[in-house]
Amino acid sequence: MRLALAGVSHHRAPLDVRERVAVDLEGARALARALAAGGGPAHEAVVLSTCNRTELYLAGDDAGVAEHADRALLALAGPGAPALAPAAYRLADESAALHLFRVAAGLDSMVPGEGEILGQVRDAFEAGSPGPLLGRAFRMALRAGRRARVETAIGESPASIPAAAAALAEQVFDGLERRRVVLVGAGRTSESTARNLRSRGATIEVVANRTLDRAARLAEALGGRAAALEALPAALEDADVVVSSTSSAGVVLTHDALAPVLRARRGRPILIVDLAVPRDVDPSLGEIDGCFLYDLDALEGVVAATLEGRRSEAVHAERIVSEEAERFRVWRASLAVVPAIASLRAHAEEIRSAELARLDGRLAEGERDVVDTLTAQIVNKLLHLPTVRLKEAAVTADGLLYADVVRHLFGLEEEDGA
Amino acid sequence: MAELLVWPIVIAYGEAALVYAGELRGHGRYDRLGIWGVRVGWLAQTALLLAQARSADGFPWGTWAGALNLLSWLVVTGYLVWGCRPRYRLVGLAVMPLAACLVVLAWAGGGTALDARGDGWALAVHAGLMLAGLASFTVAAAMAGLYVFEDRRLKRHDAAVLRLRLPSLEALDRLAARATLVGLVLLSAGIAVGLAWLDVNGLDAAMTVAVLIWVVYALALVVRWEAGVRGRRFARLLLAGVLLVLAVLPLTHFAA
Repeated sequence: MRLALAGVSHHRAPLDVRERVAVDLEGARALARALAAGGGPAHEAVVLSTCNRTELYLAGDDAGVAEHADRALLALAGPGAPALAPAAYRLADESAALHLFRVAAGLDSMVPGEGEILGQVRDAFEAGSPGPLLGRAFRMALRAGRRARVETAIGESPASIPAAAAALAEQVFDGLERRRVVLVGAGRTSESTARNLRSRGATIEVVANRTLDRAARLAEALGGRAAALEALPAALEDADVVVSSTSSAGVVLTHDALAPVLRARRGRPILIVDLAVPRDVDPSLGEIDGCFLYDLDALEGVVAATLEGRRSEAVHAERIVSEEAERFRVWRASLAVVPAIASLRAHAEEIRSAELARLDGRLAEGERDVVDTLTAQIVNKLLHLPTVRLKEAAVTADGLLYADVVRHLFGLEEEDGA
Repeated sequence: MAELLVWPIVIAYGEAALVYAGELRGHGRYDRLGIWGVRVGWLAQTALLLAQARSADGFPWGTWAGALNLLSWLVVTGYLVWGCRPRYRLVGLAVMPLAACLVVLAWAGGGTALDARGDGWALAVHAGLMLAGLASFTVAAAMAGLYVFEDRRLKRHDAAVLRLRLPSLEALDRLAARATLVGLVLLSAGIAVGLAWLDVNGLDAAMTVAVLIWVVYALALVVRWEAGVRGRRFARLLLAGVLLVLAVLPLTHFAA
């Protein structure tokens, strides 16, 4: 069985090329079914399509399966095929498996270790038409992906400003459930940070904005209430997290207005995230006990450090992926000797059954059962070591030679031919 | 032979301390080695304490060095309650170096020997409760130390704050308060047993410091509950209090 991969990804293909071959999950399901049952050289197919890649994984007996995968990808692009061809990559057998394992582990992603890809690989696998080879490859890829995330810290650190702000909040508070968030400004940056905090259990309490209409719209979407900027000091008395991102030219949260409110909290922690340029929050507020103020520069520093951490963790994840790829190679190589082992065992069983048949009528029923069990045990014990040795040899260059020797010694080729 | 357990204890605690110190630069990959160091050391120290208890006629940790031995075991026991959870393992950064030093000091003072003189059981209960209370205060101080460390990292915008994850400030504050409350209850019980069952001839230096410790920690909890003093200020109070804890053992045995 041959394994072939044809695909495009963010590494070499710009967005306008990638979107020509992008398909949704239903499209991937239909395409995989068509490729596996289309009468071509492929018997198995899985289509992985995300915003960063579209990859066709095919398996079949024929060497032409690689070409088939290539043609299918170009056909998917339709009239855009000429633009796609230079950006596409083709991999086969162990290289294709290794690539799949790296994809599942997030090592081929734009942000190393990003969490979504493992679920996307699983969805593609479940929607696809895998057989023994692709089934094994995808199961092992999912295992490699899980191991990379469990055994390394590649996916633990936030890789974006909103995620970093939420992670910092979790560093201050013991969980974000029912934490009160105040948004200052109703722009897109505030919204994405608020959504990230809300996804971790925080409650959006107040959306304060110069224009009350915009505040009301965002508040409605996030489940909070709208307020004017003048109402901020009162809102901050009970707030846990403040996210500020207005387009104001000057400081919105001034020291004079907020310092008395923050001091009255007596060290009760509050995280203020200032995402605006120029800054909305007076930096001196960060000196007050219990007030943790992060501006855009500080957050970018945190994200850069965590991305650096992800890259260093990627080295360990690569080791895990290599281990899993080696296991796949060993499994695949063992397939080459499986027919020889099966023939050998069938041959032995045939002899045993024939000899047992010659005793028919000469043994009592109980005695026959004893002889049956005894001979089966002898055959199994005799064949155990040769079977193990054949499987061991299968992963080396001598694997097929061993299989041929076994066939020759036991006359299996005559039987196979007969 | 049991005295030889001292070295496995010191090596295991020292290994844990080194691993946790190394984790300041890492990403939690080796903290399991650290926690295993703690567990192995704790088991060895438990075996040593059991051997001491068996060989002595009465309470074998009445000397200052013996008390240090028992105190370090109690501190590590307190740490193990939280330390097994992945996010709290790095509390060992504060606890394990201290525990290793206490064991070495105990060994130097003869507190790990098997032929320790035994004391009466009234003193045993009193000293056990007092030491357990002091161990709780030490664990609380370790939490407070981590709080101050983490607070400073967040205030200074340390870029690596999310790479080396410590427990959240709120969790450290809460656990420190809880350990303080437990310590205060144990210390109160220890003082009560001492007053009820032991001959008390006036107020000596050790008793004065013990009462002072009780007052300081009781005040810390009162201002926390009544005046809302939490976070960094509460952590600093606990760190000041632990200085008295460290002073009380030498006073008990040298000034008495």
